[in-house]
Formats: sequence, structure tokens, C-alpha cells
Amino acid sequence: MHDMSAHAHVAQHVPPTSFIRKHIFSLDHKVIGKQYYGLALVAVLVGMFLSWLMRIHLGWTNYAIPGLHLLTSNGAPGNVMTPEFYLQLMTMHATIMVFFVLTTAPFAAFGNYFLPIQVGAEDMPFPHFNMMSFWVTFVAFLVLVSSFFVSDGPTLGGWTQYAPLSAVGKVSGPGQGTGVVLWAASIAIFCVGQLLGSLNFITTTLDMRTRGMSLWRLPLSAWGWFITSCMGLTAFAVLMPACILLILDHVAGTSFFVPANLVINDQLQPHAGGSTLLWQHLFWFFGHPEVYIAIVPGMGIVSHVLITNMRKPMLSHRVLIYSMGALAVLSYMVYGHHMFVSGMNPVSSLAFSFPTLIITIPSTIIVLIWLGSLYGAKLRINTASLFALGFISMFISGGVSGFFLAQPSIDIMLHATYFVVGHFHMVMGVAAMFGIFAGTYFWFPKMFGRMMNETLGRVHFWLSFVGTYCIFMPFHYLGMAGNVRRYQAFSPDYMQRLIPLHQFITVAALVTGAVQLIFLYNLIHSRFWGKPASDNPWEATSLEWSTPTTPPPHNNFGDKLPVVYHDPYQYGVESSVGDYVMQASPEKVKSERDEA
Amino acid sequence: MATTVHEPPKIDERRDPSQLRIDSGKGGWRNLVPADGDLRAVKDYAPPPASTGIWVVLASITMTFAAFTSALIVREGSALDWRHLTLPRILYLNTLVLLASSIALEVARRQVGAFMGGAKDRIANPARWLYITLFLGLLFVAGQYAAWLQLRSQGLYLATDPNSSFFYVLTAMHALHVLGGLGGLVRVIHRLNGSILRKSTLDATSRYWHFMDVLWVYLLLLLWIKL
Repeated sequence: MHDMSAHAHVAQHVPPTSFIRKHIFSLDHKVIGKQYYGLALVAVLVGMFLSWLMRIHLGWTNYAIPGLHLLTSNGAPGNVMTPEFYLQLMTMHATIMVFFVLTTAPFAAFGNYFLPIQVGAEDMPFPHFNMMSFWVTFVAFLVLVSSFFVSDGPTLGGWTQYAPLSAVGKVSGPGQGTGVVLWAASIAIFCVGQLLGSLNFITTTLDMRTRGMSLWRLPLSAWGWFITSCMGLTAFAVLMPACILLILDHVAGTSFFVPANLVINDQLQPHAGGSTLLWQHLFWFFGHPEVYIAIVPGMGIVSHVLITNMRKPMLSHRVLIYSMGALAVLSYMVYGHHMFVSGMNPVSSLAFSFPTLIITIPSTIIVLIWLGSLYGAKLRINTASLFALGFISMFISGGVSGFFLAQPSIDIMLHATYFVVGHFHMVMGVAAMFGIFAGTYFWFPKMFGRMMNETLGRVHFWLSFVGTYCIFMPFHYLGMAGNVRRYQAFSPDYMQRLIPLHQFITVAALVTGAVQLIFLYNLIHSRFWGKPASDNPWEATSLEWSTPTTPPPHNNFGDKLPVVYHDPYQYGVESSVGDYVMQASPEKVKSERDEA
Repeated sequence: MATTVHEPPKIDERRDPSQLRIDSGKGGWRNLVPADGDLRAVKDYAPPPASTGIWVVLASITMTFAAFTSALIVREGSALDWRHLTLPRILYLNTLVLLASSIALEVARRQVGAFMGGAKDRIANPARWLYITLFLGLLFVAGQYAAWLQLRSQGLYLATDPNSSFFYVLTAMHALHVLGGLGGLVRVIHRLNGSILRKSTLDATSRYWHFMDVLWVYLLLLLWIKL
């Protein structure tokens, strides 16, 4: 092991003493990771609450939801939701979930906490940028939520904010004035935060690895974060200019996205010559990689959790990494499949359809590696491994419908229906959430030094697992029955017959949402009163389980940085500690699995 | 502006490969090589994060301006309101100023390098050329501002037509990035004065600064061809 005392002068490695430096404007990646987790937790509760309101409205359209008027100045006369307010809730639900939960928790929260530890570093290389990254994201969240408090409420344009209705201001509906500007400003600010985060993640992975930690020796979770940060770097760098142009169309009267002679609500718009498709291209060039930004960290986490509990490595460490990399590269080439019904040239549709079908290959390889590795494994069943299995289940169930949607001829039928809603909620929404849960149950002992309650965990898993299937599988049937999405009520005859199914979904959503309170209770209770955790409760091999204390000390490894002697997943071997040998253990073992 | 440098700037020894210590005995690094002699891709030292980090930053800036460029091309083709815009002449002068600033920064980098290398007597003030770079950078931003004033006096505002919109947006975004670079230069000077400048910080800042040149020349060509 090499001595770290020589560079103890580096400021960030001296533990802070003031409360503000310790807990608020902290430079410690572990505190920043927990801050991100806390933000995601608040955001997911807000997002889920909004979805409850929408679901109640969809099941019982004229039901007066007590207290609804508190959320809006004019969106709920008599506590009954107006169509516009429904759309505002939908937009905010999606934006909060995609940006502040699915991007924030699996990538920024767990990545911040564990990437530096897994590579064997004291911290990220740019701690100030790291701190800024969180606080910028926090400000972005405040800006977004603040739109609930402007006169006509938040934007109703959907999380995709399609131009020209998003670019012309109030005339296109409530919330389309200040609401859109706040939305675009929030997202642009969010982009800055994610770019700063990606900078740290990439440099941490490339430059901060400890001695012996070659790239192939990184655990799969670290690979997931690294690949995600590469995607984030390029995707958010494109979304930010798009938001800037959108804001300019609003406040400066430019015409980037608004065509000439556009009449909205009987008013001729004072714009000329803009391109509505331009916004969609810029947005989806970010938007599709974003799907993988949400899911690839989950893939890494789930692989990591599964391997630990299977007590054997994946069938192929490298192919899994290559496949995740292939997803990242291909994700930029497939974005046009979101635009099959946008009036884009059909030849372009075909061009985007092809890579979309290709991208199912790495996804399938990943799934097959998981399943093939699980086959015959004596899996240790615990909450973390259950959620990892749940992730795979959701990813397959949601992913299969992707094969259909990848083909323009079928997509044209299904695109504007609940089929797509079911597809993306399962494959990126719930799957990523299950990845977050798996990570939480797995790493909680390391983060807080206490175990989470296993019984409550399993109850949480089974109810969530069944509940989410009850919610999102019927979405596919609704879609095939022609139930259009984004509608706040279903008046045509053929859709009236679908309302009982909507009511079933609503009940399932309310119950599944309430089940998350078990998780919340478990989280808070275990944090303070959980059983104390040992340094390595799961008998795992990677460096986060080699820290001298649990939770890790300020500089992660005390006065000695670890040296890495082994590939990440040496399970099923004979060593002095059992059936595994830790990466930082100099012990030579028989039958070492050679991956690198 | 006079600057007193009391001692050669320090290089963070942690990231200097030559400074890496090789421990021996139990738990030593030699165990990395398995008995069968298979020399795996073992990394014993890493480049300074700033060197990698700056490329990451430049990649993301490239993506941002690529997005603006594609927006410009799509917007040009989307309607018939694309008109010719004569670029303000001062832009060409600004270009020379920015290029000169890069040369000044290279001189500064060499001087600081020589200063670090021990030529303390010959180079009294290695920060001088950094100040010159800083001044030229500020002059460039002021020049860009003058260009905007010229356009404004012609009645060309941000929303007048798509050409002027793109002109203002692209030049303003570039100027913002140049201001960021100026902030980096100030930081370099500050650290040099405090004798805590790392070579990697200086190298990263200068790479960023040169990239601003390249980006500007690209933007100028783009504007010249397209507007």
C-alpha cells in the first residue's frame, strides 16, 4: 500500500469542521451523493403525488379531490381538475421524474458516493465542481417547482415541450408563458449541473484509479456510471442550447422554432420562418440518450448486486461492458424513432428504424448474460437481489414492446396511445426505480453503517413488483384498444368502455404508491435504529467494502490507499475468508477467475 | 502590473509519475504481477485529472456548438427569410487580437516552464505574458461588444431576422466561453503568485484558451459562409 500522508495537504482531504462545510456546501463526494439521493427522494414523492392526482382524475373525472385548489389558482374550480391543469400536472410529473429522479438517483447519487470508492480514490478530482453540480441541480429543481406559484401555473406542454406551442407564449394556453420559461431555464440549469457532474465522473474513472485498478478491473457499476457520464456529457450539451433558443423565442421575439403565418387561438403570431421540427431534433438528440442515462447506471448496479449474491461473475464481464457501450453509441443514432409521427420524411423514419432495431441487440445480449449467469446460480435471496431480479423482469417486459414500436408502420398506430406510456414507464421508469431500490438496499449498510429491515424490504419488493405490473401492463392493452394518451377524460363511446380498467389502474397506483411509505419508513427507521452493519455484510469483493470504517472515513481509505490485486468479482474461489477474495486483498488464491 | 514570485511553483507530487514510491514487502505492488508472469494492464500512475478534464470540457463545448450549427443549417433551410448579413469588419480585427492572445499565452507558458525549470534569474516575472494574454482577451470581448453595437446601429437586433439572431447567439455564447477562459487565466495568475500553480492547471487553461481561438475561427467561417 502506498503512503498518502505526502499529499495530506490537499485541502479537501482534511475533514471539514464547520456545519456548513460538513453538511451543506460539502466538498465530500459522499455527502454530495447523499444530497443527490435526498433531492431525488423529495422529487420522487412530489412526482408520485402528482401522478396520484392524475390517476384519480382519469378514473373518476368529476371527482372533487379535497384540497386540490391549494395547488393551483384557477386549475381546480370546486376542487375538480380542469383539462389544462391535468396537462400541467402531467408535464411536471414527467419532468420531475425524468430529470430529478431517474437521472439524479442512479447516476448522480450512487455514482457520486461509490464511484470514487470503487476506483480507490480519496475523492473526485474537482470537488468544487462537484459541489456546484449538486447545488445547481437543486436550484434547477426550485426553479421548476416555482412555476406552481406563478399566476397561470406550470407549463402544460409535456416534458418534450414541442414547438411551436411551447415557443409562442401565453396564447397557447395557461402556463405557456412564464411556465415554459421557468421550465426551460430549469432544464438549462440542470444541464450545467449534469455537465459538471459528468466532468468529475469521467476524470475520476480515467485518472483517479488506485494502483492496480486497470479499467477492466472496475466493477460493472463503475462502468455503468462511466458510460453514463460520457452520454450525459454529449446529451446535456445539446439540450442546453436548445433550451436557450426556446427561451429566446419566448422573451426576445426570435423565430427559431415558430413558423410564419401561424395562427393560434385566432391570433396571428408575430414570428417568421422558424422550424418546428428543429426543436424535436435537438430535444430528442438529448432525449433518447437520456433514456439510457436513466437505465445504464441501473444495469451496472443490478449486475453488481446480482454477482455479489450469485457468488459468481457474469458469463462475460467484457461483453456486458461492450454492450453497455454499444447502447450508449447507438442511443444517438436512434433518436428519430420518437418522431415517426411528427411529419418527418418517411425515408428518415426508415433510417431511424434500422438502428432502433439494431439497438435491441446489445440490450438482448445484456439480458441474456444476466439470465445465463443466473441459470444454475445459487442466488442469495435478499431485498437487493429481489429488486435486481425485478429490474430484469421490468426491463424485459417493457423492452419487448420496443420491438413493435421500432417499426414506423406499427408505431404510427401506437405512438399516441397508452401503449407507449406503458412501454416507457416499464422499461425506463420502473426498471430504473427498481435499480435505485436494489442499490439502496445493497449499499445502505455502507452509507449509514446500519442494515435495513429485511422483512419490510421484502414486503416492499413484492407489493411494488405486483403493483407496478398491475399499473403498467394494462396500459399496453389500453393502447391497443386505441386509448389515446395525454387526454384528461375519455368521452368517445369506445373509450368509455375502457374507464373501468382506468379505475383499476388508479387503485393499483394508489396502493403501490402507498407501499412506498413502507420503504420510506424502513429508510428512516433503519438510518437511526437499524441493526449495526459490519464492514462487509454481503461478503462482497469490490473496494467499497474494504474501507477501514463503515461509513467510510472522510478520505475513504484512512491513511492508506488500497492497492488492487484482483479482478472485481472473484467469487467461488477458496480463500482464507470464504468463497471470495477482495480486490484489495494481496492473498493469492487457487482457481482465480481470469477476466482481464 | 508587477508580480513578485517568491519561489518556483510547486507541482503536486501525487500526480507526478517520477515521484511515485514503490513499496516493498508484504502487500507491495509487485504482487500485481501474477506468478505466471502475465503483465496485465496495470496502471501505476495516472495523468493529472486537469489534463483529461480539459478534453472532457472541450468535448462538451464542441457538442454545444455543433448543436447551434445544426440549428443554423436547419433554420436556414426551413424558410425563405434567410437574408445576407454583412459581418462587421471589426470581427477580423478581433480575430487577430484573439490569435495574438494565444501566442502571448504560449510565450507565458514557456516562461513559466523555464521558471519552474530553474531559470529563475533570467525570468524575473513569468506572469507578465499572462497579463498580456488577459488584456488581449478582454480586448477581444470588448471588440465583440463593439461589433454588436455596429449591428445595432444598422437596425439589426436579436429578433430582426434569423441571420441576426444566429449572429448574436453564436457570438454571445462564444464570448461567454471566452469570459470563462479569462476567469481561468485570473486563477492561473493568482496561483502563480501564490506559488501553488500546477503545471497541469496551466496546460489545461492554455488548451482551453487555444480552443477558444479554433472555435472562433470556425464560427467566423460559419457566419461568413452562412449569413
